[in-house]
Amino acid sequence: MKITLDADKCCAAGQCVLVAPEVFDQRDEDGIVVLLDAEPPAGQHDAVREAAAICPAAVIEVHE
Amino acid sequence: MTIPTAPAPAPLPVQPPTGCPFDPPAAFDALRTEQPISKISLPDGSWAWLATRYHDIRAILGDTRFSSDTTLHGYPLSGMTGGGNTQNRGFIRRDPPEHTRLRRMVTREFMVKRVEALRPEIQRITDELCDAMERDGGPVDLVEALALPVPSLVISLLLGVPYDDHEVFQRLTGTLLSRTVADEEREAARIELRDYLDRLVTAKEAAPGDDILGRLITEQQQTGEITHDEVAAFAALLLIAGHETTANMIGLSALTLMRDPESAERLRRDPGLIRGAVEELLRFHSIIRNGPRRVATTDIEIDGHLIRAGEGVVAAVPSANRDEAVFPDADRLDITRPNAQHHVAFGYGIHQCLGQALARVELQVVLATLLRRFPAMRPAVPVDEIPFRTDMAIYGCHALPVTW
Repeated sequence: MKITLDADKCCAAGQCVLVAPEVFDQRDEDGIVVLLDAEPPAGQHDAVREAAAICPAAVIEVHE
Repeated sequence: MTIPTAPAPAPLPVQPPTGCPFDPPAAFDALRTEQPISKISLPDGSWAWLATRYHDIRAILGDTRFSSDTTLHGYPLSGMTGGGNTQNRGFIRRDPPEHTRLRRMVTREFMVKRVEALRPEIQRITDELCDAMERDGGPVDLVEALALPVPSLVISLLLGVPYDDHEVFQRLTGTLLSRTVADEEREAARIELRDYLDRLVTAKEAAPGDDILGRLITEQQQTGEITHDEVAAFAALLLIAGHETTANMIGLSALTLMRDPESAERLRRDPGLIRGAVEELLRFHSIIRNGPRRVATTDIEIDGHLIRAGEGVVAAVPSANRDEAVFPDADRLDITRPNAQHHVAFGYGIHQCLGQALARVELQVVLATLLRRFPAMRPAVPVDEIPFRTDMAIYGCHALPVTW
């Protein structure tokens, strides 16, 4: 799995951080998404798919 | 030859089914299957599209060609919360790039780690209010004793608004969000709130504190990014959004768990379930009963249905969250529902609730504390005597008498 982000679209809702905190974080200055692990281990894949599904601004793209 | 005129469409359904105060208006069930994009009449005599299916509502709210600008021709005004046409309307009534610029001035204040750091303070506030309830004994109005003070205290603290003013902003917010007050009364409340916030921001300008309004003044207003009136618009938006919504979710959720001892017992046995339970309660109650609303800026097809430029759309969030296509057995509260967090109770798209992390933590803390400290809490009146807020844009209970 490989993750790419379109952070310009991010509205800092923070849902990805709630669902997959080991993969996503928020920038201190404005809460915009930060990718902690662009190729997360298998144990994180379900959480990452869930984060992509509920992201309100469709920022997270998952390539499998 | 006369051209038959179509009957005028009905207004937005708002009444819950008789005897089922926790369910959205029954009309939504039929609309989702038979007419997922239908027409409703608006208070000003015009009409708008009403979307009732989950996927259509996500498609509409996720598409910025549907505008949130209340000043655009065709925007489906609810006839409430006056001031929609003012120049200094809050960022929720604007589109990118202005929306993005303004929202990002406050996004960091509500990000997950900042809110998590507040959890002990939210717990302390909750504990103190619960101590007072224990001391005074039942019956009490849970709305007045806990559901309203927790979010009011928290947002006052974050914004830097004196909590002593809470009676003022709670009363004015109540008037602004009511469906039933006269236009003149609503306009008077709007002016009184504007004047109150104007004085508040002026006082903060003289002595900006270490709080959201203080930071907006020192970092954005003093650098010329925003004006005094725009700081006041932020204050109005965050203050209103920050207490009414969470307060009503607390009241409704507490009542739901009193009436569902099995779920309450599961949560007491396994407090780790509270996060998922809060998502399910958000889905189940969907307290925003008036929108969100948008106007199409170009012709857009939604699920084979053409919405023309200049036509308004009302997204029925309570209907989306009961859509069987996404949430099987949708009318049942299931605190371990696997996809509960897919709800659109906070909206969807770039306008999705800015304060959602805060709302979640407040709900988790308050509900877990109530379950732990008041395991025998129950309504002090029959449920059909509880005054539900069918007259408000935000659903809930006006009062919730409980005892234990």
